[in-house]
Amino acid sequence: MEEFAALIDALVYTRSRNEKLRLIAEYLQNTGDPDRGWAMGALTDGLDFKAVKSSTIRNLLKERIDPVLWSLSRDFVGDTAETASLLWPDPLGDVAPPPSVSEAVEALEGMTRASVMNELPKLLDRLDPPGRYALFKLATGGMRVGVSSRLAKVAFAQAFDVSVDEVEEYWHALEPPFADLFAWAADGADPPDTANMPLFKPFMLAHPLEETVVDLAEYAAEWKWDGIRVQLVHVAGETRVYSRSGDDISATFPEMVDALDIPAVLDGELLVRGVHQGGEEGGAASFNALQQRLGRKTVSKKMLTESPAFVRLYDVLSLGGEDLRGLPWHQRRERLEDLLPRLPDSHFDLSQLVEARDFDHLAQIREGARDDAIEGLMLKRRDSLYVPGRKTGLWYKWKRDPLLIDCVLMYAQRGSGKRSSFYSDYTFGCWDGDPDEGADLLPVGKAYSGFTDEELKKLDRHVRQKTINRFGPVRETDKSLVFEVAFDSVHESKRHKSGLAMRFPRIHRIRWDKPVHEADRIEALRQLIRD
Amino acid sequence: MAAPFSWIRPEPHGVHIVPADVWIDPSKPVDTALVTHGHADHARGGHGTTVATPETLAIMELRYNTREGAAPVEYGETIRLKGRVDATYIPAGHVLGSAQILLEHAGERVVITGDYKRRADPTCPPFEVTPCDIFITEATFGLPLFTHPPIEDEMGKLLARLEAHPDRCVLVGAYALGKAQRVIAELRAAGHDQPIYLHGAMEKMCRLYEDFGVDLGELRLVSDHDKDDMRSSIVVCPPSALNDRWSRRLPDPITAMASGWMRVRQRARQRNVELPLVISDHADWGELTRTIQEVDPHETWITHGREEALLRWHQLHQRRARALALVGYEDEDD
Repeated sequence: MEEFAALIDALVYTRSRNEKLRLIAEYLQNTGDPDRGWAMGALTDGLDFKAVKSSTIRNLLKERIDPVLWSLSRDFVGDTAETASLLWPDPLGDVAPPPSVSEAVEALEGMTRASVMNELPKLLDRLDPPGRYALFKLATGGMRVGVSSRLAKVAFAQAFDVSVDEVEEYWHALEPPFADLFAWAADGADPPDTANMPLFKPFMLAHPLEETVVDLAEYAAEWKWDGIRVQLVHVAGETRVYSRSGDDISATFPEMVDALDIPAVLDGELLVRGVHQGGEEGGAASFNALQQRLGRKTVSKKMLTESPAFVRLYDVLSLGGEDLRGLPWHQRRERLEDLLPRLPDSHFDLSQLVEARDFDHLAQIREGARDDAIEGLMLKRRDSLYVPGRKTGLWYKWKRDPLLIDCVLMYAQRGSGKRSSFYSDYTFGCWDGDPDEGADLLPVGKAYSGFTDEELKKLDRHVRQKTINRFGPVRETDKSLVFEVAFDSVHESKRHKSGLAMRFPRIHRIRWDKPVHEADRIEALRQLIRD
Repeated sequence: MAAPFSWIRPEPHGVHIVPADVWIDPSKPVDTALVTHGHADHARGGHGTTVATPETLAIMELRYNTREGAAPVEYGETIRLKGRVDATYIPAGHVLGSAQILLEHAGERVVITGDYKRRADPTCPPFEVTPCDIFITEATFGLPLFTHPPIEDEMGKLLARLEAHPDRCVLVGAYALGKAQRVIAELRAAGHDQPIYLHGAMEKMCRLYEDFGVDLGELRLVSDHDKDDMRSSIVVCPPSALNDRWSRRLPDPITAMASGWMRVRQRARQRNVELPLVISDHADWGELTRTIQEVDPHETWITHGREEALLRWHQLHQRRARALALVGYEDEDD
């Protein structure tokens, strides 16, 4: 555990990507099995111990330290695991030496909700603060050490001099501690046999278009739908649904598992049916409706009838066992169009291409899109092969311009991670009538992004100087600052007092200059509802 | 007869000693100021008379060009002020010249700590526990998560990193008054006798420390040397210079920072620090609470820092305390 804790700390303090790769590779080369496999699992968010939650850590600490002192400390640090690792009281007397990573994993796996409050302290007592921090992070998943799952895999590939694309392919067939993967990469054993496994294939992704202008002779345009990108895989009688990050979400969408029985790997947008106005493609409800179905481990019959899912297809990666990723896009598109009649139309349709005379015309079409299930346009090079990740110049996403509204800052809370101690989470509101006639502000949303580090410092100062009330960690400000807030869409919502909920709000501009009574009213926001 | 302790009044800009009409560490110009130590948030220019230790007065002269009205007091010396108030300067262990001030009037005793720590520091005499009725303390690191590790451990980390990268230098960000000199003196105590390189802004203060008898070994200025001279060396600069263009003249520096805040990972990350060194000139949580128990005052007043947690601690231990909410004291780069 000490080596793993040292790795975690070194990663926290290292800025350079190459240095991070070197640190992880060095750890993998110098650590034995299965410790290094568990470490890879932790770095790629692959570990989950049901008995240990963030609330478990909180409860353990509140048994050992005054709850007020705990909350003040947690608020200052901005991270439960770190606060707990620093506040854990050193045990009296002699303790056993620190556990190895696999010993810790084994102990964590053996814990139940009933035993965790007795068992976890025994591990913690054997560790120093960095060790405790690493253990908490290992136990609760989500290391937050500035290492993406992809970076860890690249480091793995570097450590053993193998191809990262191959690592990605095998990855999803295996589980921590990845014994077969290490045997192949480190010890030269045969690669894991994956021919008959419904494996996730890494997605091809797009760059934002920004200022680029493309020639439509070279690029095809299609709508970018506002659902979740999925991959459907059917191999040897088994079907899986994978999310963009490669998570298996088959259990959340059982109707899609049943809908595919042709050996294929399909790429598309998962949407739900819903009442829909304005769109010609028809049938897709807004993201808001889809959200009700996300993150569920089981689905009720009612959900399946009220919000049935379907997939709007973008691409085909493999068909009848033949890998099509080496073909250019236009050939894959033909294969996809040929395939469509063989798929049930209740659960599949095709993402239509958008025809335009030229780029300007395409821009007009994008501006005119009224359908709320459309997030923007995709531009795909007609000769592009299906390559994992984001290769420059092949695919572009061209999102619809955001909606804008002027709101007033009402409450602020400290951020976490890099922003701990800074008041960086803002709740803002709109007027529920004429502010000059005594109308009130009602909260309409929360944003954490869209400002620079310099602006954050100014905002933090503003919040500290203009606090009029404190509710635990929340500060109420004197409501003297206007934010121009950008957002993708707005919907009716019973959860908020204003009756509205915004999708992906972020601070567009800070209007230090604008008087608050000139901020927008709730009515103005309501008029921006598209569906 | 006046109400107990009515002669001492916390005002937003400092603590006012009414019968003597003097102020402790005032943040605006006054006729007579009693100054605990030379840091900018406690010592400001523009007072008619400034009463402080000779070391603090020298520091103030160097930093703020204060020359007029200097009234030196030695440690242990008691001076009689107007209105039958006696003031005694007692070591606080914070930085060179730092003092607690004991005020006595009408049989009542009040101690104002300024900033202080309880750990040994080769650059200044240690804090002395002084019994009193009212103990006015700081609380910069007033949260139970703050435990400053033994400074030998931190020096060990620094020297190990230096040894592991002979082609590079370790750039240590340290507050220019106090922290920098303490780090250098502790490096010498740990047996590091190589020349240490200084950012220009550090030079005069180090010379002042040497004039007061603190041995800092061989110091060199970065500006007098080439990149190659500084490989496998320690370079000390103010925290603000850590990520400044200035550091480009150094050989591939490893960025370190000596501060009590480095105990929290994200604080180190916010400053792009690769090697956090948990070294503080303030009392940590254990030192704060132990000191209050040892002084055992009738009541504690808290000037600045994380006062909420320290107030809570008093409540849990059935002790009287209040927060003063003075303005102008900052969390310096400590």
